[in-house]
Amino acid sequence: MNAPILKLFALVLVLFAALIGMTSYNSVINAKAYRENTLNARPQIDEQRVHRGVIRARDDTLLAHSVKASDTLYRRRYTPAAKAFAQVIGYDFLRIARAGLERSRNAALAGERNELASIVDELRGKQREGDNVITNLDPRAQKLALSELAGRKGSVVAIEPATGKVRVMVSTPGYDPNTLDEKGVFSKLSTDDRNSPLLNRATQAGYVPGSTMKVVTAAAALDSGEYTPDSRVSGKSPVVISGTPLSNFSDEQFGDITLTDALTHSVNTVWGQVAEKLGHERMAEYMTRFGFDTDPPLDYPDAQMLPSGVYDKGKLLSPSSKRVDIGRVGIGQERLRVTPLQMAEVAATVANGGMRMKPQLTSRIVDVDGRTVDRIAPEQAQRVMSPETARQLTEMMANVVREGTGTAAALQGIEVAGKTGTAELNIAQRIDQPWFIGFAPRAAPRIAVAVTLENIVGGQGGIVAAPIAKNVMQELLR
Amino acid sequence: MTARNRELFALIPASLLVTAGFTAVFIQRNDLLSNLSLSYGAIFLGLCLGAHLVLRMTLPDADPYMFPLVAVLACFGLVMLYRLDAKLARDQAQWFVVGLLLFAGTIIALRRDHRVLERYRYSIALAGILLLLLPRLSHPVNGAYLSFDIGPLAFQPAEFAKIAIVIFLASYLRDTRQVLVVGARRFMGITFPPLKHLGPLLAVWGTAMVLLFVIQDLGSSLMFFGGFLALVYVATNRISFVLIGITLFAIGARTLYAIRPTIQGRVDAWLHPFDPSLYNKAVGGSFQIAQSIFSQADGGLFGRGFGQATIRLGDNPPILPAAHTDFIYAVITDELGLLGAAAVLLVYLLFIERGFKTAMLATDSFSKLLATGLTAVLALQVFVIVGGVTKLIPLTGVTLPFISYGGSSIVANFILLALLLLVSDRARREADLR
Repeated sequence: MNAPILKLFALVLVLFAALIGMTSYNSVINAKAYRENTLNARPQIDEQRVHRGVIRARDDTLLAHSVKASDTLYRRRYTPAAKAFAQVIGYDFLRIARAGLERSRNAALAGERNELASIVDELRGKQREGDNVITNLDPRAQKLALSELAGRKGSVVAIEPATGKVRVMVSTPGYDPNTLDEKGVFSKLSTDDRNSPLLNRATQAGYVPGSTMKVVTAAAALDSGEYTPDSRVSGKSPVVISGTPLSNFSDEQFGDITLTDALTHSVNTVWGQVAEKLGHERMAEYMTRFGFDTDPPLDYPDAQMLPSGVYDKGKLLSPSSKRVDIGRVGIGQERLRVTPLQMAEVAATVANGGMRMKPQLTSRIVDVDGRTVDRIAPEQAQRVMSPETARQLTEMMANVVREGTGTAAALQGIEVAGKTGTAELNIAQRIDQPWFIGFAPRAAPRIAVAVTLENIVGGQGGIVAAPIAKNVMQELLR
Repeated sequence: MTARNRELFALIPASLLVTAGFTAVFIQRNDLLSNLSLSYGAIFLGLCLGAHLVLRMTLPDADPYMFPLVAVLACFGLVMLYRLDAKLARDQAQWFVVGLLLFAGTIIALRRDHRVLERYRYSIALAGILLLLLPRLSHPVNGAYLSFDIGPLAFQPAEFAKIAIVIFLASYLRDTRQVLVVGARRFMGITFPPLKHLGPLLAVWGTAMVLLFVIQDLGSSLMFFGGFLALVYVATNRISFVLIGITLFAIGARTLYAIRPTIQGRVDAWLHPFDPSLYNKAVGGSFQIAQSIFSQADGGLFGRGFGQATIRLGDNPPILPAAHTDFIYAVITDELGLLGAAAVLLVYLLFIERGFKTAMLATDSFSKLLATGLTAVLALQVFVIVGGVTKLIPLTGVTLPFISYGGSSIVANFILLALLLLVSDRARREADLR
């Protein structure tokens, strides 16, 4: 009977080999896929075990930190100062997942190291600790912008033109991040379609830009060499653009006026003709250079950024398409949708001599012991126009604030350059989307802003948005 | 060196392992490294020494490695349980003592000749079947009738029944193996056993099927029937008998699958563990098996270390259910990695090798079959539960011998060990005499 016993043992060996094979598959070979399975909450739980790093403002104001929730787990807490930054900072809760900077800077905050470094740490008995994230955000200016919006829905973005540092990013209405993991709060906020408090309007909301878009058209006109600031174009109203008559605001009539004057007084018919003459290709080229049609290169989750551009039934449509009325794109109408961040980048690019910088929320990453692990250096995104074009355009925009539609943005003793916008959303009910984009000081710009508000009755950009921009710039230039 | 001295030396690594294991758990918990961990090791060593002395006095020639291998598994189980819940480990340690007492009792009672068991084979068989039917009086757990409550204790009779049935089969097949082979007929290219002896074999098959239907537990039935087939194969050396048996079992299992939704649920969960509709099902879904696999995926090659597996969060229901019983292998993989899990399987394999070796050394058919059957059911039990936890086969709840929490399991498996050592002692003595 010994031969069958041996065979039986051989069978057992085969069965056990299959067990080891299956264990290898589960624990090593396919482990990564299992770890990434959406049903698997373990990776998130693991991250809650780590003492997550704090998030601070530019002036070291504490915004987010972690406290012990149990023996092994930590829980995220947000300071009162963080409330003004709700959407930018985002959140990190086990049962809700994460958003905002908490998501885009998760690797640093959770202290993720490469395999080797973590094995070394483990051998040294070092507990994994998260790194701290120091942002470029300015709590005072942020708070001021928030109060300037005064409960109205809208957004304010301020960027340092030379570095791309994002100093202000406001989106209203907001929420109290600390309450998010309370029962029912998140689902209530995320289904509130009337107010969309979780939406970061600065990066996610596509608004009609109105006349602020004329800055882009002007850049294309001057930089392509087709026009100079002194080129004269007829300002009579209406003119036929793409087969449909286009009128000026209040149907105002102008003679042959220079582009400078046309920007100062925001003459639709002039800029419509200019855009049409530049043509689809050239307009598309300059829009792409300004960053349209792609997610902004911000250190922020892709899921929370919307590319600016022409939208057709919810899908991006290239401005070079013949289905696009390029003349009306040139004056910020048509199906053009832009984010406040994009328009702030437009202003900042002109301010920075035509070089678009990568917008950055994070200033540096610091480890627990205070050593700087990563200093986020300013990064050039793309040259949009020549310095000469930028200089001419700055001059034209300065005129807008000096004597045109944007006088309400003027600062005492500091020259401001800017452009107003008023997107007429419902002409019958006079519902407008007021805009202001600009920068200061004109000669050596230190700050660029974009301000916009949703659905304001009779809300002209020069009256509603420009004063907000003025106050925010004033605070940031202090 | 004599067998018993070898055994004594082999126990040293087991004791070191338990001491090191408890120390690791204490360090992980940042407790003061009290002398408690050392005293656990000392108590464990004392118990093992006691059992060793019993063996030294009663079975001087028995296999020297079986007991230390079991000691390694048992102490490893204690450390795992201690890491999960100190109270579980204390309970298990008490059962460990009870198991060792019954172990010693079995050896002392049968030390002259274990073959007296043959005289009671029908009583033992009947007792085994009754044991299996007992839980039917109780309430089902996860759709299967597995345990029977005696006061506060949940008694799992299948653990004892597997030994009773192996004893009966070994004895019965010793009698009939010759006729089964000689009287066999070939029909349509398949060798069939003679009809008059087929009866009792069909009775065994019928019992396995009844078990399947009555206790509705595929795992135990698979274990019993697999043990039965292993014995028939070793007794007759006829692979065709085994194939017939497998076919019959498959028919039974298929029928049960068709009529029992719980079995269907198990198979569905096995095939599609990450299907959200199965995963989120409140009862009988794939949550358990999916979590078992996620837990193993956390382990990697080296594991996360003692106490690092995610079992539960606060007072919420556990993320990995039944971590101390069915899914203890997943916890082992999680905390000790592929290498730790493979090491545990290797210890089982070494034990199984000693079991089969004992069977091959034994001179009489009953002892051969007894050792083969006991070893085979233990091997199958490991395969059924580890295979279920790793998603190799559908999950059915049996314990991981000597490691899982459970009094019945530990006590029954110590009796199984006692019987193997009894066979071994006689076999090795006779082999030496020759």
